[in-house]
Amino acid sequence: MELLRFTTAGSVDDGKSTLIGRLLHDSKAVYEDQLASVKRSRINRSSGPIDFSLLTDGLRAEREQGITIDVAYRYFATSRRKFIIADTPGHEQYTRNMATGASTADLAVILVDATKGILAQTRRHAFIAALLGIRNVLVAVNKMDLVDYREDAFLDVERDFLLLAEQLGIARVECVPISALEGDNIVERSVRTIWYQGLTLLEQLESIPLAAGDAFEGLRFPVQMVIRPDATFRGFAGRVASGVIRPGDSVLALPSGRETRVRSIVSYDGDHPEAFAPMSVTLQLEDEIDLSRGDMLVSPGNKPQVSRRFSAMVVWLHATPLEVDRTYLVKHTARQTKIRALQIRYRVNVNTLEQEQVTQLNMNDIASVEFEAHLPLFFDAYAKNRATGSFILIDAVSNATVGAGMIQEDLPDRETLAGAQRGSHEIVREPVSAQERYGRHGHHPGTFLLENQPALAWRLERVLFEQGFEVLHVSGEAASPTALLEALRAAQSIGAVSIYSGSALDTETTELLASQGKNRLFDLSRKNEDTDEELFRRAVALADSLRLVKTQDTYEKAD
Amino acid sequence: MHILREATAEFARPVMLYSIGKDSSVMVRLAQKAFFPGKIPFPLLHVDTSYKFPEMIEFRDAYTREIGAELIVRKNEAALNAGANPFALGTQKCCGLLKTKSLLDALAEGGFDAAFGGARRDEEKSRAKERIYSFRDPLGQWDPKNQRPELWSIFNSRIDKGEGIRVFPLSNWTELDIWLYIQAENIPIVPLYFAKERKVTLRNGSIVLIDDAKELLPGEKTLMVKCRMRSLGCIPCTGAIRSEADSVMKIVKEMTSFRRSERENRAIDHDEEGSMELKKREGYF
Repeated sequence: MELLRFTTAGSVDDGKSTLIGRLLHDSKAVYEDQLASVKRSRINRSSGPIDFSLLTDGLRAEREQGITIDVAYRYFATSRRKFIIADTPGHEQYTRNMATGASTADLAVILVDATKGILAQTRRHAFIAALLGIRNVLVAVNKMDLVDYREDAFLDVERDFLLLAEQLGIARVECVPISALEGDNIVERSVRTIWYQGLTLLEQLESIPLAAGDAFEGLRFPVQMVIRPDATFRGFAGRVASGVIRPGDSVLALPSGRETRVRSIVSYDGDHPEAFAPMSVTLQLEDEIDLSRGDMLVSPGNKPQVSRRFSAMVVWLHATPLEVDRTYLVKHTARQTKIRALQIRYRVNVNTLEQEQVTQLNMNDIASVEFEAHLPLFFDAYAKNRATGSFILIDAVSNATVGAGMIQEDLPDRETLAGAQRGSHEIVREPVSAQERYGRHGHHPGTFLLENQPALAWRLERVLFEQGFEVLHVSGEAASPTALLEALRAAQSIGAVSIYSGSALDTETTELLASQGKNRLFDLSRKNEDTDEELFRRAVALADSLRLVKTQDTYEKAD
Repeated sequence: MHILREATAEFARPVMLYSIGKDSSVMVRLAQKAFFPGKIPFPLLHVDTSYKFPEMIEFRDAYTREIGAELIVRKNEAALNAGANPFALGTQKCCGLLKTKSLLDALAEGGFDAAFGGARRDEEKSRAKERIYSFRDPLGQWDPKNQRPELWSIFNSRIDKGEGIRVFPLSNWTELDIWLYIQAENIPIVPLYFAKERKVTLRNGSIVLIDDAKELLPGEKTLMVKCRMRSLGCIPCTGAIRSEADSVMKIVKEMTSFRRSERENRAIDHDEEGSMELKKREGYF
């Protein structure tokens, strides 16, 4: 059966809990003993015999204070669809809770009080829904009983909301006149609104088409773990984030850039002929390629952005503000790395939708922020792909989830707004220090000698580059040892990692290199029985030791 | 499967709480699928209060052997030797000693930093607010007002030493989803879920299974009733329901006609309003 996930938005007095309680009750999702326990309760804040809001307020403090504290999930089904409701509270911390509920929803039900019309909070609810990528909004124009079920009151709200939706780019809006308290147009059509020819709230929920036509086509398969029960089997487990995959399809592995084909889609129930979002599967590939948790398989003809810098809309979730230049942890698909906020472009005033200049973000703020991650992320704009466009920010000290981000766009290296502004407004006379260079690159300079091994060196250059290293491969024959030394010294001065793969150097040149390189010369020229793979792995590990901060601090046991 | 894999990849030492019930059976099947063709890469932990139905223990031993899973069984022997039982202590205290304490001890001793549980949000009101990754402090306690926000399906697995995460992969499943999946996948379950003529007595409005006449309280008598368990717990605290459903198909059909909730027959939820929330705060699942 089809599953519709929706979130509900409304403020304290809009009657949201009552509406949900009514929806559950009238669609017979409430059991008799649960209803009896509500009837028995000492509390009844409603004017009728049953306080429907008590069905949803689960925590003691909520029942005692008459407020909803946290996002609650409710489940019900009709003969046509299954529903999951993310019921979010309407008071303080609203933005953070609604963003949480909306992040997994296909549709938002926004309550508007017919006696009050569109308020600042209605704009806020609609904006958050649009921001989190919800394309369908159902407007429940509530308290029709208090406006004598007048058609003009409903039409005023409908007209104003449609204008707002157009401004925000919400694709589909349906308005329904209801009374949650009296039960009008919730499940059954009301005789008190004969002028209304549309569907009831539940009928709308049952029939609004789920957006499938505009699904993102490119394959995105983040690798969650490597499954290797014995020497004969090596499979990559993950959940298809978008696209379709079949055996024989070509796939590109990121960050390595290697291309291979899918051999089979393995499952407990036998091999699958194809897999698509959101199936969790295990892929076997034709070639033995380097791939582990946090990497991604994608369509070669439809690649995501691969970048360390991007801008994103951020919802700040924590009482400790976001600070520019502070390092956080980012979790994006199965990849976790360090990240720094470079600049806050603007904050959105959620009530007026105007942009404001700020220097920090407080809890419930929504802002466009430029970021730089330590490792490149493989992403698409959130508007195109929810799964590869979303991330969370974690405070590395408190471990709290402090922010949620929706990627807007890739930023070209060095051409961020922050960089451009700094460059154009002031003339700096001080030379750039080695420390500043290390700080920017995130690593010390180093030199790898891979004499006579250009293929391995090209591969190493690519992998280190993908991992965020400033790297230069010197492949040709140098005019003289002195010219080579000059080239490598220049690379060192700008803080780069250089790789030399030309013909074997004499001892004297090697020693000179070592002396100018502060012991960061790694001679991996083949001198014994090492295989290419062993040399390569050793080179990557050595490069990692050049990093100023260890980046992969997550527990890597999958591979 | 996504949740099971994510937690297994990120935590050092996960364990799966195995209660032998229908939800555990589904969770075990999902784990078999998630790591196929590998074996389930973590042990199953059963907290045995010693008040479980003998059919449950038989099923547990046979089934875990059949699928090749590593099983850890944990009892609070000290409390049992001291005579802990729900009649003398009341259910709140009995659960605290025999379930919660054993569980917390087992997690600490095993060094488990993540524990999968089969709890579902539709079961009970306080569970509706539970996260999929539920953070627990070093004492195993849940703080419902200070939970980590959970957006999309990106989970924050960062914890400090001694802290833990309870992971609930079935959070968004309903009771009907569980039965439909058991039917679709042909998952073995404890025979107590199927209706048959059983020796019972009526106690406080519940149908209580009676194995031996010595279990009868003064004034009670045994009856033969065709019944089944809708939810499995400890013998003294789990009631049966009258039912004709002796197959999964019939149970699914019966489900759609139910007007009363699944945990109605679980005494521990009804000690007082909000009692599940209190148990959870102390470390119960």
